[in-house]
Amino acid sequence: MDHNTKIEIRDLNVFAGKTQILRNVNIDIPKNKITVILGPSGCGKTTLLKCLNRLTDLYPELKVSGRIMIDDNNILAAKEDIYKLRQQMGLLSQRPYPLPMTIYNNIAYALKLRGIRNRRETHKLVMHYLQQANLWDEIRTRLREPASRLSIGQQQRLCLARGLAVNPEIILADEPTSALDPISSQFIEETFVKLKNDYTIVLVTHVLRQAKRIADNVVFMYLGDVIEQGSVEEVFGNPKMEKTKLYLGGTFN
Amino acid sequence: MTRAQKVEEKFFKLLMILATYFILAILAIIIYSIFEKGLKSISWEMLTQVPQGGYYYGKGGGILNAILGSLALASGATLLAFLIGLPVALYLNVFLIRHKRMISIIRFLLDLVWGIPSIVYGAFGFSLLIFFGLQTSLLAGILTVTLFILPIMIRSMDEILSTVPVGLQEAAYSLGSNKSEIAFKIFTRQSFSGIITAVLLSFGRGIGDAAAVLFTAGYTDHLQVCSPGDLANGITRQK
Amino acid sequence: MYLLNRAQRHTVNSTWMIISLLLVALLPFLLFIGLYLKSVLLLHDYSLFDLIFSKTWRPSAGKFGFYPFIIGSIWVTVVAMLITAPVCLLTAIYVTQYTKKYFLRIMHPAIDILAGIPSVVYGLWGILVIVPFISRYLGPWMGVKTMGYSILAAAFVLSIMIIPFVLNILIEIFRAIPTELKEATLSLGATQWQTIKHVLVRKALPGIIAAFGFGLARAFGETMAVLMVVGNVVRLPKSVFDPGYTLPALIANNYGEMLSIPKYDSALMFAALLLLAVSLFFNLVMHFFIVKYNKY
Repeated sequence: MDHNTKIEIRDLNVFAGKTQILRNVNIDIPKNKITVILGPSGCGKTTLLKCLNRLTDLYPELKVSGRIMIDDNNILAAKEDIYKLRQQMGLLSQRPYPLPMTIYNNIAYALKLRGIRNRRETHKLVMHYLQQANLWDEIRTRLREPASRLSIGQQQRLCLARGLAVNPEIILADEPTSALDPISSQFIEETFVKLKNDYTIVLVTHVLRQAKRIADNVVFMYLGDVIEQGSVEEVFGNPKMEKTKLYLGGTFN
Repeated sequence: MTRAQKVEEKFFKLLMILATYFILAILAIIIYSIFEKGLKSISWEMLTQVPQGGYYYGKGGGILNAILGSLALASGATLLAFLIGLPVALYLNVFLIRHKRMISIIRFLLDLVWGIPSIVYGAFGFSLLIFFGLQTSLLAGILTVTLFILPIMIRSMDEILSTVPVGLQEAAYSLGSNKSEIAFKIFTRQSFSGIITAVLLSFGRGIGDAAAVLFTAGYTDHLQVCSPGDLANGITRQK
Repeated sequence: MYLLNRAQRHTVNSTWMIISLLLVALLPFLLFIGLYLKSVLLLHDYSLFDLIFSKTWRPSAGKFGFYPFIIGSIWVTVVAMLITAPVCLLTAIYVTQYTKKYFLRIMHPAIDILAGIPSVVYGLWGILVIVPFISRYLGPWMGVKTMGYSILAAAFVLSIMIIPFVLNILIEIFRAIPTELKEATLSLGATQWQTIKHVLVRKALPGIIAAFGFGLARAFGETMAVLMVVGNVVRLPKSVFDPGYTLPALIANNYGEMLSIPKYDSALMFAALLLLAVSLFFNLVMHFFIVKYNKY
């Protein structure tokens, strides 16, 4: 495995009953880059993301086969400790789902799961992660309020901070800006660009412009197949496949 | 996952399984014991005769009066409750649709009334009866049960009617229908099956909740003027 | 074809609707006023405090102490909730979080059947099964002499009766929690049980409390089943194996004689008024509790 590659997906097939959601997916996701998975809705992007942190286990009807290697570790192998595995990745979903606790405890809970129980350290790290997610300045006086009182954009950044708090190496983001206003979206995008020095980021989106703005690598998917992948210049500048051209040209979405 | 965590999860999962099967087992036991003890004593004579002298002490007769009484009482009450309940549910969803506050106050009142125990309705029915100087009768029983099942019927109809899409209403307005036509023609047709369900549900509550009518309907060993209260009394007296 | 023209029909229909609505909206107030007017005779002669806290119940001597009935009702209701609450919570979590979908499809009709059994049948079942079980097995095993007709028998029958009611609400509440919240917690590395304990139960907490509150109010007013197995002895129960008497049972048992003794009818109406007040109080509290919590 190339040492620049963080995640290597080989022959990944996912079935839900008789319908195939992902078909022979092979993707290399490079380290410390933003890889954007692009494609129209319902093409299996979210399922792909759920395979990466084994949330597919929640859905007994999904049959997953193939290999997903993270640092030479096949995470689809059953013996893998999935709790440790999930802590290697922070997840950001389409809508923010803050835990039903205070803002502070949202982060502190993640820290507790990571094994940090010391109060001083917890305190320090809560501040650190809120700063990293670009949220600290806005809410420093409101840490003891229920997280649900924040605006949607703030909640999404809180969820990002919470995801970072388990000390992951990878950030998985599933259309994280689709429910947000433009300014909050911009906040999130800027945070991602800052974070890519320390993390490997996988971002699912169907917004072409967002992909163009922040992607290093692009994977274009259509109806469960990977159509084309490569650097952003290659895929956007000189697409090889007919379907990619049509999609980029806005013919279907 | 540490060992302690694993043990904890196992322990609670076991408790959950026990709780779930406890409920299923109780249901099975109830059905079994009712059928086992009940079926033995049921006979054609029992279902087709009124109690004769000393029936409760094991002599001749049957419970026809109780069965017919229950049916008459519950059907009458369901019919009355339907006549009052349907318009209320429609009014809420057609006329008051733009007055959210009003709707929520009325729904709140209905929920309050729903929670009142049936025996309170019975007591109320009885005090009304005395107030008007009336005799206990089937009609008084029907009125009491009507009050009792009314909130149940309205709220279940309301649940169904509130799912009728606004678009349908607007389409009907644009055809020139007035509000009561929309209510009685569009809404009732759109939610027909839900309304039937609400009626059946109320009928079930009416026939099951004997206590409410113990007061008003009275109970006799003759046909027609009796109630499920009869069944209850027969049982309690026997012991 | 029609007797009336369109405009006239509209008027008739609207009037009918408004009259019905008024009737329904006034119902709780009518109930309260009606019962109050009947019990005012009693309240005129005795203070409210005396009625509620006096222990002697001898209507023929003009002594109306409701304390034994109130205590009996509280005993039965609380013991019933102690059984119902954990059983329902555990079952609701199990069927929504651990089992496959088909299991819920089995559970739903089972719950509906339990909910549909009339209370008289529950009472009958209590007499046939629970009462003998307590007097023959449980009592001797615990070293207590009991007839079987007891607070415990009533509470057990009652707890079974309100299980479907509480369980249905709880299942709805747990199902309404978005899967994504579960995914978010799991993706932090939490185990399934940690997710349930720290996040799902906390998210559902106001709903859980409300469900228990509604169950409690319902248990408090249940009449027939309790009356049939509680023993109906006017005495302060010392343990759950003692017989007791509840407010609804008091009303239902004595309606026949209530006109024979002076003020007896008024006393029974007062009992009904108490029940109404407790029921309205619980439902009001739960309602505002839910409203307040939903603002977050």
